[in-house]
Amino acid sequence: MNIILLAISAAFVNNVVLSQFMGICPFLGVSKKIGTAAGMGGAVIFVMTIASTVTSLIYYYILIPLDLSYLNTIVFILVIAALVQFVEMFLKKAVPSLYQALGVYLPLITTNCAVLGIAISNVQSGYNIGESIINGMFSAVGFAVAIIILAGIREKTDKNDIPESFKGAPITLLSAGLMAIAFMGLSGLIK
Amino acid sequence: MNKVSERLYNGIVKENPTFVQMLGMCPTLAVTTSAINGAGMGLATTIILTLSNAMIALLRKVIPDKVRIPAFIVVIASFVTIVQFLMQAYVPDLYNSLGIFIPLIVVNCIILGRAEAYASKNPVLPSIFDGIGMGLGFTLGLTTIGIIREILGAGTIFNIRIIPEDYTIPIFVFAPGAFIVLAFIIAILNKRSINKARKEGGTPSLCRIADCASCKNTMCSGSTVNNGKEE
Repeated sequence: MNIILLAISAAFVNNVVLSQFMGICPFLGVSKKIGTAAGMGGAVIFVMTIASTVTSLIYYYILIPLDLSYLNTIVFILVIAALVQFVEMFLKKAVPSLYQALGVYLPLITTNCAVLGIAISNVQSGYNIGESIINGMFSAVGFAVAIIILAGIREKTDKNDIPESFKGAPITLLSAGLMAIAFMGLSGLIK
Repeated sequence: MNKVSERLYNGIVKENPTFVQMLGMCPTLAVTTSAINGAGMGLATTIILTLSNAMIALLRKVIPDKVRIPAFIVVIASFVTIVQFLMQAYVPDLYNSLGIFIPLIVVNCIILGRAEAYASKNPVLPSIFDGIGMGLGFTLGLTTIGIIREILGAGTIFNIRIIPEDYTIPIFVFAPGAFIVLAFIIAILNKRSINKARKEGGTPSLCRIADCASCKNTMCSGSTVNNGKEE
């Protein structure tokens, strides 16, 4: 039951983009078309699940026993950067069809602060390894949901007659702001 | 103009990271709930940016080109960890309100971007002033957004009350307010550059975020990291 609550909370109530502000760059940058947004969302789900698993394993089985937990920021960012490279190489060789769908988005993920952010917040919130995996996976699902919705809105607003000074970034930010208000309505769902 | 003031002007006005380049959007939106938080985050970033620029400029001839990005990341992450512990010890209130965004300074596009674009190619002293200029530009951006959100949302400015509590709009200190305030700031800047272009007959340079181009400009996107390694 706790796991289900954690999943819903990670995906919707504490949405990683709209209420925690992590991963804003791809959220605003890769949300022009629903197709690319879905690709980016899929890549983030894939990488964030693996990254949460690996970083929490490293934290509990290497950093804690060696009393090095203060190094977590340095270790996590290096692990994530290396991991993204490995995932990319592995997919290229082993699952070419998946690589074709996600390949171009994978390198962009290294600088997606949501991946490092979730890895660190897993540790700071004291989640065990199972909870970390669930939190990572469903935070990424929340990211995917948000970016696909925003892409849908942007495809519509592109065709609308909006003031010239609001074209581009401002209207995108305003749409995101209105989405954030909608997502705030979910905050009473879980205490 | 001499080199020092040119670097400072470049960072604070010409290439202002928040309003012109639109870099480091995550902390810009997340921690600007009050002017003091915005300024604190900006100054922490400035210190890390200056130190890492200095260190990378010192090591620029030692670091092999192929592994430069991981090397930069290690330098930046070390300074972030040091600043994180100093803040935890000396400004615990600020540390708690900035929360996870202190360790996340590591992945701030501005820092890796300046390391790659400037510090790795220039001597120590100009790199230090480049870091200070860019950092102050970022601080200016965050503080401006923080002041606007604090006035509208809480009716205070640097914790001094100027609007009675009954007349505040609390949504501005919550998540949606960040998006809306930034949207209006950029729209106003766009309007200004459109008017200017109309007067002079050129095309306006609108501030926009397209295809993560802002990240690619400063070469901190992963694809550039890959190319660097495969060369």
